[in-house]
Order: sequence, then structure tokens, then C-alpha cells
Amino acid sequence: MIDIKDIIKPENLVFKKSKVLTDMEMHYCPGCSHGVVHNLIAEVIEDMDIQNSVIGVAPVGCSVLAYNYLHIDWHEAAHGRAPAVATAVKRLMPDKFVFTYQGDGDLAAIGTAETIHACNRGEDITIVFINNGIYGMTGGQMAPTTIEGMVASTCPAGRDLKRDGYPIKITEILATLPGTCYVTRQAVHTPGSVRKTKIALRKAFENQIAKKGTSIVEVVSTCNSGWRMTPVKANNWMVENMFPVYPLGDIKDE
Amino acid sequence: MRELKLMKGNEAIAEAAVRYGVDGYFGYPITPQSEVMETLMLMKPWETTGMVVLQAESEVASINMLYGGAGSGKRVMTSSSSPGVSLMQEGISYIAGAELPCVIVNVVRGGPGLGTIQPSQSDYFQAVKGGGHGDYKLIVLAPASVQEMADFIGLAFELAFKYRNPAMILSDGVIGQMMEKVEFDEYRKRWTEEELIKNNPWAATGKTPDRERNVITSLHLQAVDQEKLNHKLQAKYREIEKSEVRYETYMCDDAEYLIVAFGSSARISKKSVELARTKGIKVGLLRPITLFPFPYREIDAYSEQIKGILTVEMNAGQMVEDVRLAVSGKVKVEHFGRMGGMVSSPDEVEEALEQKIIGG
Repeated sequence: MIDIKDIIKPENLVFKKSKVLTDMEMHYCPGCSHGVVHNLIAEVIEDMDIQNSVIGVAPVGCSVLAYNYLHIDWHEAAHGRAPAVATAVKRLMPDKFVFTYQGDGDLAAIGTAETIHACNRGEDITIVFINNGIYGMTGGQMAPTTIEGMVASTCPAGRDLKRDGYPIKITEILATLPGTCYVTRQAVHTPGSVRKTKIALRKAFENQIAKKGTSIVEVVSTCNSGWRMTPVKANNWMVENMFPVYPLGDIKDE
Repeated sequence: MRELKLMKGNEAIAEAAVRYGVDGYFGYPITPQSEVMETLMLMKPWETTGMVVLQAESEVASINMLYGGAGSGKRVMTSSSSPGVSLMQEGISYIAGAELPCVIVNVVRGGPGLGTIQPSQSDYFQAVKGGGHGDYKLIVLAPASVQEMADFIGLAFELAFKYRNPAMILSDGVIGQMMEKVEFDEYRKRWTEEELIKNNPWAATGKTPDRERNVITSLHLQAVDQEKLNHKLQAKYREIEKSEVRYETYMCDDAEYLIVAFGSSARISKKSVELARTKGIKVGLLRPITLFPFPYREIDAYSEQIKGILTVEMNAGQMVEDVRLAVSGKVKVEHFGRMGGMVSSPDEVEEALEQKIIGG
């Protein structure tokens, strides 16, 4: 019999939990992208050694409790207002690293004005944008990024473009603003895409050192509960249906 | 050495803010208070004291900038007028819930709706009874002169930080726009980062290894936790009621009648008291300076001495409800006010006193 203690040795360690992550058990559903992205942000903060000087701004939505999971200082903002909160934090403490973490309803519906104007002023902040095309926390309602035909509790027969309008490509809109320096769209459904997203997040945080303007990392994500799919099926559905509307890759890198 | 200047109430707000060592002003233009931000932009305090001045995209954004700045332990403020302050109510509620200090100036204009750009006091209820959602209170100061516009910046910040609670300066278009001489304190230095962290150990300034992380939030998903916060807030409000009531009296010692008025209505009523006195009417003026906490006991103390109270407000009768609460039916209380941006004359007020209180 091999004792677990014989296995947990430094020489066997291939992956460890970031010290920036707290020990609190995450409330996210199995298969949800939030946990992966939280972990990546924690790793980037640890790799850059900026835990002492980073301030996060949490949104309203499932990740409203993001502040429970990262061992850093946080502001919990009102729905959609994170970029305004982050603007003041950064302007008043220009040497700190400031990021917002926002969902699609938060960033692209109720907080559109705050998002566009923070980017238009070129605030030296990092915006992490989780786009899963649905309101997860409130039970699966239609989001501004819900794609055509996609079922949600407030469009049970699928999004009807005539009635509900078009899924908004907010990231492409933000890339048109001179205030943004780095705009990219990533995903975390495969090991390769997770690594790419980490590189993107690192770049988005490093841009704050050079004070280049606003960096936006969109992560096209799954919501198994809201989509009523298993994690595997949700990943496949995202690849087949979301990626054609929201293609991955850098949109702007200056 | 105090420095003497002649300026508008709105300009005095800006001058006093820079001199007090305010860290950030975030605002959106609206009449009749746009001079606050205009004056700041001309003063360029970012070159002298390091103060940040930013024109936001909306009042919704500016109040949330206050939330971020206040959560960073900074002295931050905004100013607006009635429709803009309505837009801010969501953010004010969050700031109160997260127990953050900041200063909001409302240079009130007539409403409802887009209303008028003329002076009014019709936002009394909104300011003192809550305004946004949830059980909370603002500390509310009512300046009656350009001097008080300047002085109350410092007072509002002191009270806001003492109680970790948003404070509002409830002014009106008269005080904002009129010019008077005003004396200013000397420039004070803004807090250094060390001073700020020492004074505000709760602030989200970056988690250093020597402390737990600071989370600025008004979210409590468990009802039992939310009620705990509500009890804490209520205890704080009771403490404020006990310790921070401010008011002023004029010719009240021998008064048989009382006028209760705040802000520019108090200025007008002072003249009305003098007019009535020339007719032999023994009337005094009680001016609440803090609207929350309201001087209930101080007004009630006159119940035995006086025969009636007239409240004078530029609204349909809002503070009159608090004055009635103060005297609990022991004394007759009537309201006189103009609305929609109309301002009472001293004669009108004196006449209303004779008709509604003495003759009525």
C-alpha cells in the first residue's frame, strides 16, 4: 500500500494551488469557467508578485463572490458599475494594479456606459470579461450576448433577433476606442486555451506598468446550469455555436 | 491666517475642497451647480495638492467613482443637483451599506422630473429619509450662507470619516449661485499613504502581509448577517442622533411663536422675524443645521413657551412633518412654502405667520 504522504513530495509536484487563492470552497457549478479564470488570475498575480498592490473589483452575477476566493483587497461593485469604481481606485492610487471582473450582463447591458467610457478614457486597468451568453445567477435569463436561437428563460423559444435584437459584440466595439491598448478574446475549454488565456491575462496586467491604456480579456465561457447541459456537452456546444459568433484571438494589440 | 474672498457658493465648495485636502472630485455637469467642477478645473489642484478631478460620463458613474475612492480610504466628493442626485441613489445606498465615508453636495432645484433650474428645497425627504433602497441614513448638513458652503466641506468630511457614513450637504440654487464674502482656512496637506492606512485600516489599499484582506462590500447573502449589519447601522445612527445635532436660534429667548427653517429659507425668515418684531410680534427663528440628525428635542424644548410654529420651506411641506413629530401635537405647526423654483419674500413669510399661526 502506498501512503498518500509518500506521493506528496516536492519532487512529485507538477501543479500546485496558487497562494493567492483562498481555501474557501468555490460555489460555482462543476464545469463552470469562473473557477478556471479565477485560478489563472491568482497565478498571474503570484507570478508577477503583485499581491500586495492589486485591487480587484467584483461584479454582480455569479462571480459577485469572487472576493471570497482571491486573497487580495476587493471592492464589490453595484451591477455594471465596476469600471467606474476601478477608474477612481486607479486614478487615486496610480501605482496599484486594478482589475474588474465582469459578466456579460454586467459589462454589456447594465454597465455599457461605464465600460465604454472607462475604455474611452484609456483608464490603466484590466477588464476580465466572462461571456457565457446567459444570466447565470438569476436563473438563466437572456443576456446581451445570447446568440441567435439560444434558449434562455426569458426567450424560451430561443433568441429572436427581431424581438430581442442582436447579440452585442461589445469587445469589437471596445477595440475601436483609442483608449484601449489590448483587446483579446480567449476561452478555457482545453488545456491549450487555458494556457493562452493565462498569457493574455499576464499581458493585460503588465500593460498597467507601461500605462498603455485599458486592456480587455474576454473569455468565452460555459454555464452548464444556465444552458442545461453537462460540462462536456456545454464545451462542445460553445465551440460549435459560440465561437463562430465570438471568434477567438487578439482583436487589438498596440 | 484666514483668507477673505468674494465668491459664489458653488465656487466656495471647490475652493474649500482643495484647501481641505480632498483627494478626488468626480462629477457630471448640471445646473445650478456646474461652477463647482468648472472652478476645480481652473484651479488645477492636481498640480498643487495632487487632488484628482474627473468629469464622469454620468451621475451614476460619478457616485460609483466615489464608492471606489471612498473604499480606498480617500477623501472623495461629488456635487450635483436634484435630477442628478436621484440618479446617484443606487450608489449612495451601496456606500451607506458598505459603511464608506464620502461627501455629496446637492444644490437643489425644483422638481419633480426635469423640473426647473431655479432654487428649491424639495429634496428634503430624499436627503433625510433615505433616498435609495434599504434602511440607511445620510448625515445631512444644510448651509445657509456661502461661508457655510465652505465650512461644511470640512465638517462633512470629519463626520463622514468619524462614523464611516456618507454625508450630504443639502444646499439650494440660492446659496449655490449667490455671492458673499467668505473666509477660508489655510491649505492642508492630503493624507500620505501611511497616514491614510493608519487612519483607515479597513480601506482596500492592497493586501499587505501584515493584515487580512480588506473587502469593501454591502452584500450579505445570509439574512442573519444582513440583520446584524442593519443593527450595527441603526446603533450608529442613534449615536449620531445623540452627539451631532447642530442648530442655531435667533431671538428665541422671549419668543411666543417660532419659525423653523433651514438653508436659504432660514435667511429669508430671519428678515421676517425682524419685520414681525417691529409689529410687536414676539417670534424667533430656529434653524436646523443638521437635518439628519434633526433637532427634535431642541424644538420640543420650546413647546411650553410658544403658541405656534411656522415652518418655512421651498417645497410643499416636508420638514414640517419632522417638526410636528418633535412637538407631538403639543403646539400648532403649520407650513408655508413656495414651490417650483419660486422663492418666498420676507413679507410673504411674515404675513403667513400672522394668518396661519397667530390669526389661524
